[in-house]
Amino acid sequence: MTDAISSFGAVGRPVSIHTDDAAKARLKGRYRTETWFKWLGAGAVALAGLFLVLLLSTIVTQAIPALRQNYLTLPIDLSAAKVDPAKLDAVNYDAIAQEALTARFPDITSRQDKRLLRGLISTGTGVFLRKDIAADPGMLGGTVDYAVPLDDFADLYLKGLLADVGSDEAISTSVTPSKTSGDIDLTFGDDAMLALARGHGATEGENGMLTLTSGASSLLVVFNGGTVKLTALSPGPNGTAVAKGTVIEALDSTAPAASDQAFLRVIDTPEASRKISDKEIVWLDTLKSAGQIESRFNSIFFFTGASREPELAGVWGAVVGSFLTMIVTLAIAFPIGVSAAIYLEEFAPKNRLTTIIEVNINNLAAVPSIVFGLLGLAVFLNFFGMPRSAPVVGGMVLALMTLPIIIIASRASLRAVPPSIREAALGIGASKVQTVFHHVLPLAMPGIMTGTILGMAHALGETAPLLMIGMVAFIVDIPAGFTDPATILPVQIFMWADFPEAGFQQKTSAAILILLVFLVIMNAIAVILRRRFERRW
Amino acid sequence: MKKFLLTTSAAALALAASAGYAAARDQIQIVGSSTVFPFTTAVAEKLGQSGKIKTPVVESTGTGGGMKLFCQGVGENTADFTNASRAIKDSELKTCKANGVTPVEIKVGFDGIVLANSKAGTVVDLTKEQVFKALAKNVAVDGKVVPNPYKNWSDVDASLPATKIEVLGPPPTSGTRDAFVELVMDAACQEEVKAANEKGCGEIREDGAFVEAGENDNLIVQKLEANPNAFGIFGFSFLDQNADKLQGHKVDGVEPTFENIASGDYGVSRSLYVYAKKEHVGVIPGMQEFIAEYTSEGAWGPDGYLADKGLIPLPDAERAKWAEDAKALKGMGS
Repeated sequence: MTDAISSFGAVGRPVSIHTDDAAKARLKGRYRTETWFKWLGAGAVALAGLFLVLLLSTIVTQAIPALRQNYLTLPIDLSAAKVDPAKLDAVNYDAIAQEALTARFPDITSRQDKRLLRGLISTGTGVFLRKDIAADPGMLGGTVDYAVPLDDFADLYLKGLLADVGSDEAISTSVTPSKTSGDIDLTFGDDAMLALARGHGATEGENGMLTLTSGASSLLVVFNGGTVKLTALSPGPNGTAVAKGTVIEALDSTAPAASDQAFLRVIDTPEASRKISDKEIVWLDTLKSAGQIESRFNSIFFFTGASREPELAGVWGAVVGSFLTMIVTLAIAFPIGVSAAIYLEEFAPKNRLTTIIEVNINNLAAVPSIVFGLLGLAVFLNFFGMPRSAPVVGGMVLALMTLPIIIIASRASLRAVPPSIREAALGIGASKVQTVFHHVLPLAMPGIMTGTILGMAHALGETAPLLMIGMVAFIVDIPAGFTDPATILPVQIFMWADFPEAGFQQKTSAAILILLVFLVIMNAIAVILRRRFERRW
Repeated sequence: MKKFLLTTSAAALALAASAGYAAARDQIQIVGSSTVFPFTTAVAEKLGQSGKIKTPVVESTGTGGGMKLFCQGVGENTADFTNASRAIKDSELKTCKANGVTPVEIKVGFDGIVLANSKAGTVVDLTKEQVFKALAKNVAVDGKVVPNPYKNWSDVDASLPATKIEVLGPPPTSGTRDAFVELVMDAACQEEVKAANEKGCGEIREDGAFVEAGENDNLIVQKLEANPNAFGIFGFSFLDQNADKLQGHKVDGVEPTFENIASGDYGVSRSLYVYAKKEHVGVIPGMQEFIAEYTSEGAWGPDGYLADKGLIPLPDAERAKWAEDAKALKGMGS
């Protein structure tokens, strides 16, 4: 373009205000601004897209581990001696499951170790067992293989989120144990282990003695069917190395293991800085290699109520609570909102009073949501004495919040129906009410529905107004009606984000994902309604 | 369309009507401190799992907010229990009494307040005086009270590292903050500051060295991980659960461990309480069962499930005494 202009000058056209050098510079400047603006705009979109991708990918990657849960299959003794079929409620099912687990590791005798071992399975085991027996009494009378959920730390370890465990490496020398259990001495054929221990944070002592404290990586030697944790190493005679260790899993024999028959397992995260001990790791690995642990779809997460134990916590209570609350909100806000919009748009005289009402409805839409919560507390709870934490009150508060949005959207779509429709209906003798309900409202309905769904989606994500009326609470039982205590999805997310247990981090992300899915579905319905039914004139 | 509108509005009316005739409450309602919340919820869940009563509903309203709801009066629309991270105040007890509420006090355990940072940072040995000097709004320098001039920890004391003072802590609405101020700032207050302003001891600097990080302690943990030089102030249970990422600092030479807090050696610890409404016993089902479960050895004992959640148990004799008083429903001030 600039070339064309300059060639104009060259062929001897008269130079005017539009073709002189200043004009060319101006033109160039305008193009430059345009290019700049385009790039800046594209940059802004790209940046926003980048943030969205970053946010979503963090949530999704964090949420994925929560979708599966590890189960341990144990042979559980449900014979009549343990479980009296006549008194099913009086049985300590937790103890039965724990017994099955301790029977799996007969070597473990100390009280403390047994306690540690019992901690591997979820504290909700007894509840599941009781429920399953009640549903299927055929389980009783013998020993059944039953899958119990693992405790949150065990589960997180198996998902690789709690400790860095290297792969097993063969030890290329012989290993001779002094005993099969307790504190033992190991003799290695060469001193390669010393260098290895130094590399993993061992503390140097006198005479080349190396101590592995709980602040260093854990070195586990696996051989002869057992596992030994090394605590200290020192150079032995003739280039050998002597190590002191504690047996975690008893060895079969004191026979020396030949070269490459023993394996070294290194847990890089020091024991002091993880929530799972070496013993628990060894037991879990043993159970896993025996095929007793399997990862299943986490149905607990989707179909149970809240819990203080991460492995037992589910979103179903919150989903039901959200659903009940939304029903109440819709049942109140939709009829009132649409009626108000119809009256204001079609019937109300245009005078100062209606103008004031109109302005105030628009203002109401901008009121912070916590104010509606305070209103709910003052009016519904304190004045009418309605129950705390109930979806019916939550729904009413959210309805107040959604009303202005619905009224504004409905009025806009009523206004968009061309006057010719009304005139034609009135012209053939329809009354005002008939005109509105038979002709105008059906044509405006897609727009009204879209506005309503967006208003509801907005309400679905609210927590602030519910804080005041007691719906931000720990509620385990799944609500069965509108007056039962309930909580909602965003509140559940908020509470999980605040719990100290590491297992709740994944649950939080997974719950966010579920809330996002609901919101996307609602918005998609709004888009579809608009696309399919919207009429343009 | 007309029909749809009619049915929905009818449904709305029916709903509003049914709410007015809500059945008598058969579920315990608990309000109060967010510090005690993790423990009370665990007890509530255990009790619900046993199938004896419906799982109590637990709200986290903060100690002060909980007391207000609890002392509101007697009746179905008021809370049955309140959690508190400090003992009930005289003024609150008076309100309770005036409204016909007799609280039954149960001391459930201890909580330590820790100063911690990321494992990537250095461990330091602090004294309460040093913490006061680092965090107070006004400090005494050469006998004169001046706005806190210290920028680095090494300015406070030469033995401390030369890193910027950066502490993340709870906001004034939090019970943890109240306890921190009482146990550290007030305890180590300089005479000059106290003389200049009676309330000056509890004032924490507002020049950016102390950052109010909100009630969400997990957020503090994440921020500490990202910034190894920053210190955080929060409850022991968060340090316990995040032992892989955080390390606690010694205060007055004592490390914040479970044992040290339980024995009382660690200076920055407070008692946690639960208050029961005596008037509701026998009216709201499950009141006694809840008290019995909370005060059982399996719950608040040294090997109980609350210890796993980070609650530090009372000494044996004290536990026995509180359990007995709670069982007998010994009301306060009666």
